[in-house]
Amino acid sequence: MAEITFREALRSTLIDQFRKDERYFMMGEDIGAYGGSYAVTRGMLEEFGDRRIMDTPIAESVIMGAGIGAAMAGLRPIVEVMTINFSLLALDQVVNVASCVRYMSGGQVQAPLLIRMATGGGRQLAATHSHSLEGWYAHLPGLKVVTPSNPYDAAGMLRAAMREDDPVLFVEHAALYPGKGEVPEEPYEVPLGKANVVREGKDVTVVCWSRGVGLGQEAATQLERDGISAEIIDVRSMRPFDLDTIVTSVKKTGRAVVVEDDWRFGGFAGEVAALISEHAFDYLDAPVRRVAAEDVPAPYNRLLEQASMPNETKIVNTVKAMI
Amino acid sequence: MVMVRPGDGDGDESKGDTMVRAKQPREGSTARSGKRAYPPVALHDVDDLRMMLLMRRFEDAAAEGYSKAKIGGFLHLDNGQEAAALGTIGLLRDDDYIVTHYRDHGHALARGVEPERIMAELYGKATGVCAGKGGSMHLFDAKRNFMGGYAIVTGHLPIACGLGLAMKYQGRDSVVLCIFGDGAVNEGEWHESLNLAAVWKLPVLFLCLNNEYAMGTAIATTSAVTNIADRSAAYGIATARCDGMDLWDTRAAMDKATVHIRSGKGPYALEAMTYRFRGHSMADPEFYRTKQEVSERREAADPIELVRGRLEEAGLIDAAAYDRMVAEVNQQVEECVRFAEESPDPEPGELYTDIYAGIAGTGVPGPAIDLGRGA
Ligand SMILES: Cc1ncc(C[n+]2csc(CCOP(=O)(O)OP(=O)(O)O)c2C)c(N)n1
Ligand SMILES: [Mg+2]
Repeated sequence: MAEITFREALRSTLIDQFRKDERYFMMGEDIGAYGGSYAVTRGMLEEFGDRRIMDTPIAESVIMGAGIGAAMAGLRPIVEVMTINFSLLALDQVVNVASCVRYMSGGQVQAPLLIRMATGGGRQLAATHSHSLEGWYAHLPGLKVVTPSNPYDAAGMLRAAMREDDPVLFVEHAALYPGKGEVPEEPYEVPLGKANVVREGKDVTVVCWSRGVGLGQEAATQLERDGISAEIIDVRSMRPFDLDTIVTSVKKTGRAVVVEDDWRFGGFAGEVAALISEHAFDYLDAPVRRVAAEDVPAPYNRLLEQASMPNETKIVNTVKAMI
Repeated sequence: MVMVRPGDGDGDESKGDTMVRAKQPREGSTARSGKRAYPPVALHDVDDLRMMLLMRRFEDAAAEGYSKAKIGGFLHLDNGQEAAALGTIGLLRDDDYIVTHYRDHGHALARGVEPERIMAELYGKATGVCAGKGGSMHLFDAKRNFMGGYAIVTGHLPIACGLGLAMKYQGRDSVVLCIFGDGAVNEGEWHESLNLAAVWKLPVLFLCLNNEYAMGTAIATTSAVTNIADRSAAYGIATARCDGMDLWDTRAAMDKATVHIRSGKGPYALEAMTYRFRGHSMADPEFYRTKQEVSERREAADPIELVRGRLEEAGLIDAAAYDRMVAEVNQQVEECVRFAEESPDPEPGELYTDIYAGIAGTGVPGPAIDLGRGA
């Protein structure tokens, strides 16, 4: 097993799949000559040519729609949207075509397209460039939404996502790209729709995903010093959603904290909290709590921005207040 | 009267039954000038007359079903636009693709989709083309490459680009016919799609059915340049305008467009000048135009009357044969309605099917199937 970055895990998986199956091709802004704005596609234009690595105009809606249309005709398009912020210009295509075309055609037409995009704040990009809107997408029946937190899952889930017959949104937190982890050389898949218990504990369940998993693990280490044992669950897949793993854990610990980078009000963490209440209410020793972004547009100032985001201290404090 | 724009390299547009015309925004929709040079009528024109009658009668029957509340939702009818639809769709090959907007019944009929399955879809029945899950605005028939009616204005133009991209990627010479209205051209997606198709030379035929109104808004109210062919030319796309009330003129333009696309020259934008005889939808009180305008336009150019007249002149049908044809079509549509009425609703369990391929249901927990019907 080699230690590689999250970015390299994605890149090598893409390249491996591209070599094996000609139906894969990718469209996106600056994925070719520029090398990808997060360098995930670096070198792919050179290897696969501009037939399969297609630099597009800055026109998110037609890029997304073209991916959907090509998928309907039997190809396996990958659409890279530079960041989730810009995906809003393609939202109609995702909401009104990709996620519902199978249903409204009575099962006749499918759009097996893979959409990749970077998400997340924390880099002083202020209100327009710091969104974590994956929860909005998880709202859509017909779309799958996955958010790996480490290189192993990134490679395994990407490989699985590329074989899906449904549209999949693959969300990559920008802060994770340089992070390293062990990844086997041989191809493997991590199935979509399965949460992962990354650390076992008995006093509280911390439900998290993407960047939040690192925060949860750090918080668990700190809590341990105070004699509190936290179980950390990496959701990995927002839709399909693996409630069983979470409920099993909460029944054991009796407490749950949900961590997310998106705004607190009306967010995905609220959905998870509701599900825990519906399915494990009798086992709870405290109300389910959320650690999420403050309910404000992302500020530019570094200190303000840091204050607006979830961090390990907020998780630790929240857990301590519950025990 | 096909007007070819720069960007089309064919160069023989003034020959035969087409002529290069100066910019005359509304010309083209008055069909029966008598001056036009037509190709001789052919036997298959009789079939086309029958199809146009079917398209017309189908819509009238749908209106009746809607008035009786047997058809729900929005219902957009196509009366008056039959030649524009049949003159284009009728020339496609089986391996070509179609995506269109919500005014799509006639387009599905012209493609050969079974009329009774379209009617059943309007009725929301399990026997409908989309098993009752799409409705009037979202007709699909994948085995005929009829890839959907779409009800978000202009939302399907990007899809057409993707289908076109797939054709090109796979080395196929299929054409993707993408149909939309004059109201679609001010959405950003129209611009994004024309540009992408042009720069990637995609085999997409952008067919604008210009019926002069988007709901109740006349085109000049919303577009500084009302000549959509002109606007399309700005993207480096070969364009033409045709008389969409005239089956032969539309066919000639369509023929030219598909030859252009199949020869690998990239997309084509065809603007068919047409007019709808009914309101935008069944909910339209038609405040924005007079009854007189509609009757005058209908008098001046009813696409069915044009075809009937030419066939009669040529001696291919007479009044009795025409009446027989009308009666047969009426009978056929009646049977469609009966089929739709007698077909079952979808099973309640169908609510949760066709969401994903690999998993049942919606992928998230929740009370599985409590349809709220009481104990
Ligand atoms: C994005 C969007 N905006 C508004 C509407 C509401 N709407 C439905 S049809 C229509 C008019 C479209 O007119 P046109 O493109 O000319 O087609 P026609 O109905 O004349 O065939 C409008 C505004 C819609 N369906 N989608
Ligand atoms: Mg219109």
